[in-house]
Amino acid sequence: MAPIKISQVKKTYQGNVTAIHGLDLDIEDGEMVVLVGPSGCGKSTLLRMIAGLETITDGTISIGGEVVNRKEPAERDIAMVFQNYALYPHMSVRQNLEYGLKNRGTPREEIDRRVNEAARVLEIAPFLDRKPRQLSGGQRQRVAMGRAIVRQPKAFLFDEPLSNLDAKLRGQMRIEIRRLQRSLKTTSVYVTHDQLEAMTLADRLVVMNAGRIEQVGKPIELYDRPASLFVAGFIGSPPMNLFKLDALSRAAGQDLAASLPAGTDIVGIRPDRIETGSGTGLRLSGAVELIEPVGGESHLYVRVEGLDQVVIIVVEGRSRLSEGEVLDFVLPLDALHPFNTETGRRAD
Amino acid sequence: MVENRPFLTLLTHFVLIVGVAVIVFPVYIAIVAATHDATAMSSGMMPMWPGSHLIDNLVATLTHQSPGLPPFWVMAWNSLWMAVIITAGKIVISILSAFAIVYFKFPFRNLAFWLIFITLMLPVEVRIIPTYSVVANLGMLNSYLGLTVPLIASATATFLFRQFFMTIPDELMEAARVDGAGPMKFFRDILLPLSRTNIAALCVILFIFGWMQYLWPMLVTTDRNYYTLMMGVKRMAAVADADPQWNLIMAAVVLAMLPPILIVIFMQRLFVKGLVDTEK
Repeated sequence: MAPIKISQVKKTYQGNVTAIHGLDLDIEDGEMVVLVGPSGCGKSTLLRMIAGLETITDGTISIGGEVVNRKEPAERDIAMVFQNYALYPHMSVRQNLEYGLKNRGTPREEIDRRVNEAARVLEIAPFLDRKPRQLSGGQRQRVAMGRAIVRQPKAFLFDEPLSNLDAKLRGQMRIEIRRLQRSLKTTSVYVTHDQLEAMTLADRLVVMNAGRIEQVGKPIELYDRPASLFVAGFIGSPPMNLFKLDALSRAAGQDLAASLPAGTDIVGIRPDRIETGSGTGLRLSGAVELIEPVGGESHLYVRVEGLDQVVIIVVEGRSRLSEGEVLDFVLPLDALHPFNTETGRRAD
Repeated sequence: MVENRPFLTLLTHFVLIVGVAVIVFPVYIAIVAATHDATAMSSGMMPMWPGSHLIDNLVATLTHQSPGLPPFWVMAWNSLWMAVIITAGKIVISILSAFAIVYFKFPFRNLAFWLIFITLMLPVEVRIIPTYSVVANLGMLNSYLGLTVPLIASATATFLFRQFFMTIPDELMEAARVDGAGPMKFFRDILLPLSRTNIAALCVILFIFGWMQYLWPMLVTTDRNYYTLMMGVKRMAAVADADPQWNLIMAAVVLAMLPPILIVIFMQRLFVKGLVDTEK
């Protein structure tokens, strides 16, 4: 268990392609930090630099107060869970779990104790003598987790560990990883492109884009107060509705600029904050183009009159509307997020 | 494909049977010839049915020494040594060079690979005179080294292992690094066990390749004690002032065919698995 400190870390590949631009991040002891972003944003590269699988072009990474830039992955005392599990196919589950411990010369009794403990926690004890190919995807995932926890490392690194599982299993494993991490209290860095996974697992969420950090914070803070247009569009599903300020003012017949911070030229609103019917705020109306009943809620796609843009509205329960009907709705002023296009940042 | 065309089935079977006959018939003749006494073939008529002297001929081949040749067991021993050294040498060198080419970054890595690959176009027969001169200058004529070393460098096996290593996901190597395995430990603990079937398949092919060598041993050995079986059989047939003893020659041929056959029979399962199998 240890804090991880990343300061001014850069990664430049051959041919002068910069994957990460001078990035700073402090991960506290026992914390679960999730790196999220679109593919190619540098999140996996950053994780692999922490692991020691990629060299660090510039800056330092320290784990537990010790700079590890020049250390081999094994010397960094970290454990990694890979996307395709990377279990050794010719070894039994038990041998897979033991391999790292054996290489470090851990005494036999200690190895057995830890392997049995991990097998119990992960409920893989019945498969200890099987080969990985005789296991299902979920079981392999557990073995991969087991291989990480028997090491009792300073930190766990997860590289999209759930993306090869089907949706249902992914949900289960997500909860399990969270529970395991809470009980072991091991510093963890988790990379994913799935924002739902990111929101639910993270103590702190790091949204990355094009090799830079867009925003760091508690998941709910990022949801409630996205610091940039990118975060606003990335976090939340269905995504935030974004409007050009002048077009919206025209469509609503009401000048908004005065009531918003200076510099605002784009405003956003979460689909679940839009109110149907009457209320106070910006009144708009439009024809319902499409209704997606998701079960507990419905997503309405409404083409706004005078705006030539589709707005997504989330309403509770089942909608009694039918497609083509005209709907009046209200954007409450306090639910608007002001942004500036030039900087891409929040305007307030 | 489910088809029901009796004529096609008949035709394909006919082609297969003719093919098998073309290959099996000479072998059959060799076996038949090994079962007759010395007079049966001197008449110029080749008997088509097995005779009753097989045991006599085998015993004679194994015990009597043909003029100008070492005893049978010496030649068999030489052939075996040659085949085994070539097989082991080729596998060790090619698996290590494939490991280097796939898993290490070093300057001119691609050049190294292409140089190895290009030698596929230069088999022993093409470079036989320069190779002979090198071996002669190194004083390796009439030795096991001279018999085997020039045949050991193998682009085919290197290429095969390279292709196989490239199908192994990188994450496996990374997981091993995180687990504290250095390069050679990764090679021993993970790559070697995974290559088991490939190695077995290569063993079969390379053993037969080594066993069947004729041209090269003939060039580099003048000392009778280094003659191999393939050369010996040829020399038994080329006696100067008498009729060749076909019954004994064929008995020797039959004996020389045994090791490759045994290898194929016993390693067939692994062999087929190594060529077909792409699990993982």
